[in-house]
Amino acid sequence: MSTYYAGLFADAGILLLGALSVYIILATGQLSLGNAGFMGIGAYITSYLTVMVGIPLTPALIIAAIISGIIGVIVGFPALRLKGIYLAIATLGFAEMVRSFLLNFDTMGGSGGFHGMKHVTVGYIWIWSGGILLLVMILERSRIWLEMRAVHDDETAAGLVGLNTVAIKIGAFGFGSAIAAIAGGLFAHHHVYIEPGNFGFERSVDFVLAVILGGSTAAPGALVGSILLVFLPEMLRSLADWRMAGFGALLVIVLLVRRQGILDRALLRRLTFSKAAS
Amino acid sequence: MKDWLLQLQKVSKIFGGIHALSEVSCTVPRGEIVGIIGPNGAGKTTLFNVITGAYLADSGNVLLDDQFVTNWAPYRIVRSGIARTFQNIRLFPSMTVWEHLLVAQQHSGSIFRRLLPTAWADPAACERAEEVLDFFDLTAVRDREARSLPYGIQRRVEMARAVTMKPKLLLLDEPVAGMNQEEAENIRQLMLRLRETGLAILLIEHDMNFVMNLCSYLYVLDFGILIAEGSPTEVRNNPVVLDAYLGQDADA
Repeated sequence: MSTYYAGLFADAGILLLGALSVYIILATGQLSLGNAGFMGIGAYITSYLTVMVGIPLTPALIIAAIISGIIGVIVGFPALRLKGIYLAIATLGFAEMVRSFLLNFDTMGGSGGFHGMKHVTVGYIWIWSGGILLLVMILERSRIWLEMRAVHDDETAAGLVGLNTVAIKIGAFGFGSAIAAIAGGLFAHHHVYIEPGNFGFERSVDFVLAVILGGSTAAPGALVGSILLVFLPEMLRSLADWRMAGFGALLVIVLLVRRQGILDRALLRRLTFSKAAS
Repeated sequence: MKDWLLQLQKVSKIFGGIHALSEVSCTVPRGEIVGIIGPNGAGKTTLFNVITGAYLADSGNVLLDDQFVTNWAPYRIVRSGIARTFQNIRLFPSMTVWEHLLVAQQHSGSIFRRLLPTAWADPAACERAEEVLDFFDLTAVRDREARSLPYGIQRRVEMARAVTMKPKLLLLDEPVAGMNQEEAENIRQLMLRLRETGLAILLIEHDMNFVMNLCSYLYVLDFGILIAEGSPTEVRNNPVVLDAYLGQDADA
């Protein structure tokens, strides 16, 4: 595999984790536009641990995920009072807060960025991405996941069939934040240089876009969306300067044809059934 | 002394100066079907919402099995044994019938059972769901999404979801509203069979004939006040009730 394609695959793997972090929160009906903030938290904590403290990357990622998960839970509490577009704006505000903090946080380089991390291979990234994708797909068969979907479908009814909707929503926020942090840690150790600008609004939007494009009702949708989002612009290189415009047009067409995203539960069920039959 | 399952003691609910419920007291004995009737806006659904914790009572007490459950969080009340259905059906549109029956069993099992794939981590929950599926004759629509089901079946799914939780008391809010004769009879038979399993039912209903043949005891609400109670025949012949509610359609 050429370095060029390896780089694209690494980006896709990191985007997949970001998309999954949004997907989990979205499964409870909450839209987060701030996951790049959690990604930034993860990137800086992981880098601090590997470069300044000197511990190996894998435990550093796990520590960063736990800390980010806790921050996610804390952010999740005020977010409980907000729904829909208001929640989206609040999470966006949180991510901007993280970015501004990092800009002024001189211990980790501030606006000058931070480097010194050891490069990780695309294989290592995909062990995490694939592993977490698998984990989420297993989780999708559990009752917790049904409880999350129940909150998504009708929160009042969910409460009245005995679900603790507060715990479910906050738990999803915490879990999503932890995964975003892993995406950040891997990003930092793949690009070996980070700066606060890496974790801006556009990245949060990328995560959401991958989920919406790939399909927001099944975890493999995030995989399809991430791959498309990274590779499609590359395939449109022949359009030269019009590349991003062509990409945008394609996105619009896909979403017009399949509003629910490329993959959805019904399509996935058909695919697995036909596989079982053959 | 009767064996009371549910007791309401002088429950009041005020919405901006309007008494939606004024000192309503009523009881449901174990294993019986009790009805609440009354004209539109009498406070019947408000009463259900107070019992299940969806609204907070302004005064009074709700006791289940001699335990105060007044103004608990809805999920705690459900877990203590009160399940309900809604007047305007509230299913989870994107979820299949089977998933409805699993998700309602959150009380069974540890966090690990809930986190692992249900099919192999919690066979007891699947068995229970299967049992209820069979009881409510829903096996044929097991894997259909709730939003794609006809109205009558959606009602059955909602009742099934409530029953899966193994409640002591089932609250049904107009379970046969908008149904034809045959569908309503079907629901009536289900309720009788549920009573045989020892479940107590508190029922809100408009259709007089329906409650007459079904309930052992009736309460009549009007403008948030209990105006009468008694056996169906007593209530039917009570002049106050005839005046307030039955007057226009006594033989409906």
